[in-house]
Amino acid sequence: MSDALLFTGKDWSFETLQHIHDAVEVVGKGELGLDTFPNQIEVITAEQMLDAYSSTGMPLLYRHWSFGKRFAQYEGVYRAGLQGLAYEIVINANPCISYVMEENSATMQALVIAHAAFGHNHFFKNNYQFRQWTDASGILDYLAYAKNYIAACEERYGELEVERLLDSAHALAPQGVDRYPRKRPISLSDEERRDRDRREEHERLYDDLWRTVPRGAEKTKKSIDHQRALLRLPQENVLYFLEKTAPRLQPWQREVLRIVRLIAQYFYPQQQTKVMNEGCATYCHYRIMNRLHEKGQISDGSFLEFIHSHSNAIRQPTAHDPSYSGVNPYALGFDMMCDIARIVREPTEEDRLWFPEIAGRKDEMAVLKEVWANYRDDSFIAQFLSPHLMRKWRLFHIVDEEDAPKLKVEKIHNERGYHDLRRGLAAEYEVGRHAPDIQVVDVDLAGSRKLVLHHRVFSGKLLDVVDAALVLRHLTLLWGYDVLLEEVDATTNEVLKAHLASPDQ
Amino acid sequence: MRIVDRRLNPGGKSFSNRQRFLRRVRDTVERAVREASRERAIEDLENAQEVTVPADGAREPMFRHTRGERRDYILPGNREYIEGDLIDRPTGEGGGGGSEPGRGNGQEDAFRFVLTREEFLSIFLDDLELPDFAKRGLVDAQKLGSRRAGYSTSGTPANLALGRTMRMSLARRIAMGRPPRATVEQLEEEIAGAKESDSLDVMDERLRAVRARRMRIPFLDPVDLRYRHFERFPKPVAQAVMFCLMDVSGSMTEHMKDLAKRFFMLLHVFLTRRYERVEIVFIRHTDEAQEVDEETFFRSTETGGTIVSSALAEMDRIITDRFDPANWNIYGAQASDGDNMMSDNQRTRELLQDKILPLCQYFAYLEVANSHEGSPLSYVGGSSLWNAYAPLATSERNFQMRRVSRREHIYPVFRELFQRREGARAEPAT
Repeated sequence: MSDALLFTGKDWSFETLQHIHDAVEVVGKGELGLDTFPNQIEVITAEQMLDAYSSTGMPLLYRHWSFGKRFAQYEGVYRAGLQGLAYEIVINANPCISYVMEENSATMQALVIAHAAFGHNHFFKNNYQFRQWTDASGILDYLAYAKNYIAACEERYGELEVERLLDSAHALAPQGVDRYPRKRPISLSDEERRDRDRREEHERLYDDLWRTVPRGAEKTKKSIDHQRALLRLPQENVLYFLEKTAPRLQPWQREVLRIVRLIAQYFYPQQQTKVMNEGCATYCHYRIMNRLHEKGQISDGSFLEFIHSHSNAIRQPTAHDPSYSGVNPYALGFDMMCDIARIVREPTEEDRLWFPEIAGRKDEMAVLKEVWANYRDDSFIAQFLSPHLMRKWRLFHIVDEEDAPKLKVEKIHNERGYHDLRRGLAAEYEVGRHAPDIQVVDVDLAGSRKLVLHHRVFSGKLLDVVDAALVLRHLTLLWGYDVLLEEVDATTNEVLKAHLASPDQ
Repeated sequence: MRIVDRRLNPGGKSFSNRQRFLRRVRDTVERAVREASRERAIEDLENAQEVTVPADGAREPMFRHTRGERRDYILPGNREYIEGDLIDRPTGEGGGGGSEPGRGNGQEDAFRFVLTREEFLSIFLDDLELPDFAKRGLVDAQKLGSRRAGYSTSGTPANLALGRTMRMSLARRIAMGRPPRATVEQLEEEIAGAKESDSLDVMDERLRAVRARRMRIPFLDPVDLRYRHFERFPKPVAQAVMFCLMDVSGSMTEHMKDLAKRFFMLLHVFLTRRYERVEIVFIRHTDEAQEVDEETFFRSTETGGTIVSSALAEMDRIITDRFDPANWNIYGAQASDGDNMMSDNQRTRELLQDKILPLCQYFAYLEVANSHEGSPLSYVGGSSLWNAYAPLATSERNFQMRRVSRREHIYPVFRELFQRREGARAEPAT
């Protein structure tokens, strides 16, 4: 391999980017065996990075004021110098698009390419969550379709009308994802093509569901059961339910709900694999940059620059530190990947006991690739957080009971605490932590058309009343009739609280 | 691998989202803009403004959990605790061990953002309009210009675009298959050089056909003609001059000058938005008037008697000298504490009524008072100048007068003076 420097100094050119990419590819694919989508690297300005930031990182998205709000927020923070911009944004698409900022130095570009174009890219292509839920080759076309569709709706039905609908849909977006796969994996491009067929199907279904012509008592009873079956209750995907069955929505409104829902679904795996995804990308860039330095392709100076950024990214303040704001996914992810590599290479007795499958297998990349493919954050931590790492991080478990005068240290990083700590940390990444577990359970089909939802309550975590009222209002706007939300204790099934909302006529 | 340079793509993709957001939080932003115009130094008025939008201004509700009865935290960096230790709850948000680990009940905080100058001014001046009793509408003050706008199929011969026409002609000739002159010449030569025995008839026939085709498909056809097209567009020539008249006699305190300055500044911002070119003339006066620069106008204090008419006379002179009322929209704003020599009041009023007002689009008189003098509503007595002007406020369409004693009243008064009116004239607040 060439031992010539890829670049000198801070400046880069398109040629440099190409060289960097090729050199990174030699290490990433050739030596580490990463399996990636083809790469597309796009050079953008800081302002464009802000744009991308505020539209959830996507290159094109429909228009809505909330993205403008986000832009204003980021811009404020950025202008005030409180926070630098991310050096990169990477899009789970095929080809995989990585944005790099023109302001970055050559070293940073190398880091970004190693991190995003190879680390994240490999993760997107191979992790089961992404494979199951996202359609990398369809997403950009789908976003373009969504943008045009919503723009057309604005033209036809007025900006305000569409804005109101999007407000409501956004409020329910966290309840607009399927958490467990249904029979058929979705392909966004298919969805788009079959849109019309589906809509006709809904209209047939809709007629049947809401028929108001009276029928005989016997028949009614039977048909209500039938209708209930058609509704497929209970349904955890509230937006899906509304899209299919809300009686008052226009076809275009159903399509807008569908767009919001599918985009929410597309991002869903990212929320569940933050630690793993960043861990994977950080581990890859660390290996690649070290190797490039070893091979003499980057200078000592730029290697130091890299180490500086890298250490910043994986900084984890302790809980006593005023700057502590939770566990840094980069830090936890990177440390766990390094720890797994250590266990595979040089296991201790303890490691052999805890991780008999992987301890001493010698090929850390093979093990890591299996891990990256088959876990998400909660299962990953539950499986691979080692006692060694818990000691290194000096983890401890605090219990804060509402009535207790003091906080209690439940467990610390010792023999008795490992299992508890690992379970506890994994639980923080469980699906239920991201969004409350809310399901549509019933509709009063014969009478008022009242929609009934349940919130399953764990350890007394009720819903925030103010927000719940606002979201319910949005829900009634979409449903068109009364909505009852009951908060039900997950263990005793006791109704703890009920919220009722009526649409204002 | 592909590298794409997106830097040349139009930026500001968020522009439209930003506009929507501003519309959404309009009330808040308007309030903030009013605050800004009250609190900030006048020089900064046109610069970008920071605005704080409270959380509720643009709330995005979502179902979220409350804290619940029991909370479990797994935290890094244990120092000395062992199992079963009881520790004090940390005081204050986010400090110390065992604090809220930065997730969970994520109430949005208010946040600050910066309005661009354009955004600021458009909100600042929203609803403000030139008074509709202005004697010359803006529409009349526009001329039509003309500029190139592509080609058209009709026009005058002088505008014939020869190159373009020939190009069209050539394209048509090629498309229709018009035989070139060379073909004809070649045929003629062949015929001339041909012997009797050759098939002369056939060649003649071909020559005739070629010539006929050339006749049928002319070299230049009316459909080829293209003319340079010119488009008329309104060319604004609107220009305005603003006269700032201020009493700088010893009785004008710094506070009063500050009030006056704020008012003039608003007027200036307003006029620069409406006209391409705005000139400002500063005239200060004691018992005699003088045109000065801005610095002198606002900073220096003189002593002496007060003869307001001198300023109006000076304004009249300058208009005659430099600003032809046929071409200029003329505005006047006068600030004074209202203290005038009794003997001058009569002359001042006549000067304003007979000379100045007929030339002006609009003339505003702002009486400034010290802040302890209360609100404009409680003002009853009236200064000598006020009383002199008062009849004009009802009789003249383009004259308004207000009294201001506090900074925060400047903006409302300004709005009152310049707000969009439905034809009817508002009664002056006396």
